[in-house]
Amino acid sequence: MPNKDTIVDVPTVNKIARLSRLDISEVNKQSLTNDLNNILRFVAQLDEVDTSNIEPLASVTGHKLPLRSDDVNDGNIEDLVLKNAPESSSGFFVVPKVIE
Amino acid sequence: MSELLDLNLVEASKALKNKKISSLELTKAYLKSISNTSSLGAYLEIVEDKAIRMAKESDKKLFDGTARPLEGIPIGIKDMFCTKDIKTTASSKILENFIPTYESTVTQNLWNDGAVILGKLSCDEFAMGSSNETAAKGNVINPWLKNKKMSPGGSSGGSAAAVAARSALAATGTDTGGSIRQPAAFCGITGLKPTYGRCSRWGIVAFSSSLDQAGPLTRTVSDAALMLNSMAGYDQKDSTSANLKMPDLMDYLDKGIKGKKIGIPKEYTQDGISEDIGKFYEKSIDWLRDEGAEIIPVSLPHTKYALPAYYIIAPAEASSNLARYDGVRYGARQEASSLDEMYELTRGNGFGDEVKRRIMIGTYVLSSGYYDAYYLKAQKVRRLIKEDFENVYKKVDFILTPSTPTTSFELGKKQDPLTMYLNDIFTVPASLAGLPGISLPVGLDKSGLPIGIQLIANSFDEPGLISTARVLEMSAGFNFIADGAAK
Repeated sequence: MPNKDTIVDVPTVNKIARLSRLDISEVNKQSLTNDLNNILRFVAQLDEVDTSNIEPLASVTGHKLPLRSDDVNDGNIEDLVLKNAPESSSGFFVVPKVIE
Repeated sequence: MSELLDLNLVEASKALKNKKISSLELTKAYLKSISNTSSLGAYLEIVEDKAIRMAKESDKKLFDGTARPLEGIPIGIKDMFCTKDIKTTASSKILENFIPTYESTVTQNLWNDGAVILGKLSCDEFAMGSSNETAAKGNVINPWLKNKKMSPGGSSGGSAAAVAARSALAATGTDTGGSIRQPAAFCGITGLKPTYGRCSRWGIVAFSSSLDQAGPLTRTVSDAALMLNSMAGYDQKDSTSANLKMPDLMDYLDKGIKGKKIGIPKEYTQDGISEDIGKFYEKSIDWLRDEGAEIIPVSLPHTKYALPAYYIIAPAEASSNLARYDGVRYGARQEASSLDEMYELTRGNGFGDEVKRRIMIGTYVLSSGYYDAYYLKAQKVRRLIKEDFENVYKKVDFILTPSTPTTSFELGKKQDPLTMYLNDIFTVPASLAGLPGISLPVGLDKSGLPIGIQLIANSFDEPGLISTARVLEMSAGFNFIADGAAK
């Protein structure tokens, strides 16, 4: 983990916002940057913990994820799938043009 | 009407089955109560017609002797649960017009057992918050000290406020780091977060998938037992669902705690807990000892690191889960000329500040160059926290802690995000370890606000949790009603 003085600056925040596909208004950027720094400084406490030879824990269930056969168990619900789409046409989701 | 509202879930169920009351009159009493307490803002959506229809169907079943376990009981549903044909917003602007075409497993289980839906309850946006102030439509008001406008807690703030205000006989909640237990504590009611895997997550709006778990908010421990009986169960549609039958929790209400060992972790009594909470924590220990439990001091050495680990893991999973809100398949869309710009404007406009902060943190800790240092590190610490509990459960049956470091606080007192996160300091460790926990009210502080105490059991020991909580409940004899509750 980077040392505790490391602070994400506004350019870094811009980069994370871009990766997150979040439009952040200019007026909010500085306060967001401050908040993120406070949170990141807080979580940096974990540096104090010796975790050598400790396996990461991703799931507490203790069971293996079950497999099922890859069968269609519903279908013919195109209307339902598209029902909440902001824009659809002829059974497709519509997005802004991506190829000139 | 007051007599109807005075009945708790178990009492109402008995009165319905003995035909002393009908579901229609009970449901109507609650609909009236919703309108009388509407200034609290607990409900986002009220489905009066559907409630009346379901109540009438229940009355038929009660009449012809085919009543199911929750027959005719009017309940509220946290807006994180998808309800077919009923708007489900997760208190977010981005889902303000979302009408699911399917029903979550947990709510379906409740309807299959005869419960009646009153409406959808407010919460923090995407269940991210501890005061209900991040809700897109504004905060909910705690019915306690109503004129002072106190926070109901969060994220299940609407659920807790509705049960405390008697505008729902019970409610569902979801708990990722304390979102059932903390609002239950703030509103003077009982909130139970089951073992991870007990309740199906299918159809619940996802926040942090390795932590999210549904549970009941109720007036009493026996009400919680009856609700969880219906909510829990194996579900093939959730790959993390536990294929393990839960015994009938109602059989465990009066088992007592003679000879049971209760662990008192020294890490939970250190700094920052209010004097009154400390006092009632001591009393709770005495009560359990008086009822025959053995009190054993224990240590959970990594407790201090639970909150920082949580604030890496939960945002990381959230940033991934919330990637689905892209303005394409459902949810709001902001029009733009390019696809990327459409994504950015849709998400920038649709999410509130706290949700954005968490997506940003999550994206950062998962990004190239930081993944090992933050995310993997947090997952390693999570294992140490789980091992702390495993070691302690070799020596004790249950762990007793305060539910929260303070009682409710006033709404609108602008707190920085980090101070807000500290609300969950006592609830997050059990969440990271996937353990079941219950918060129940044991008394009032000097200003008249409820104090909650938490019991944590070993994995899948909900039966033991219910027995022990019931003993504590009887000893505490908490029978206060919020001043803002429906009369």
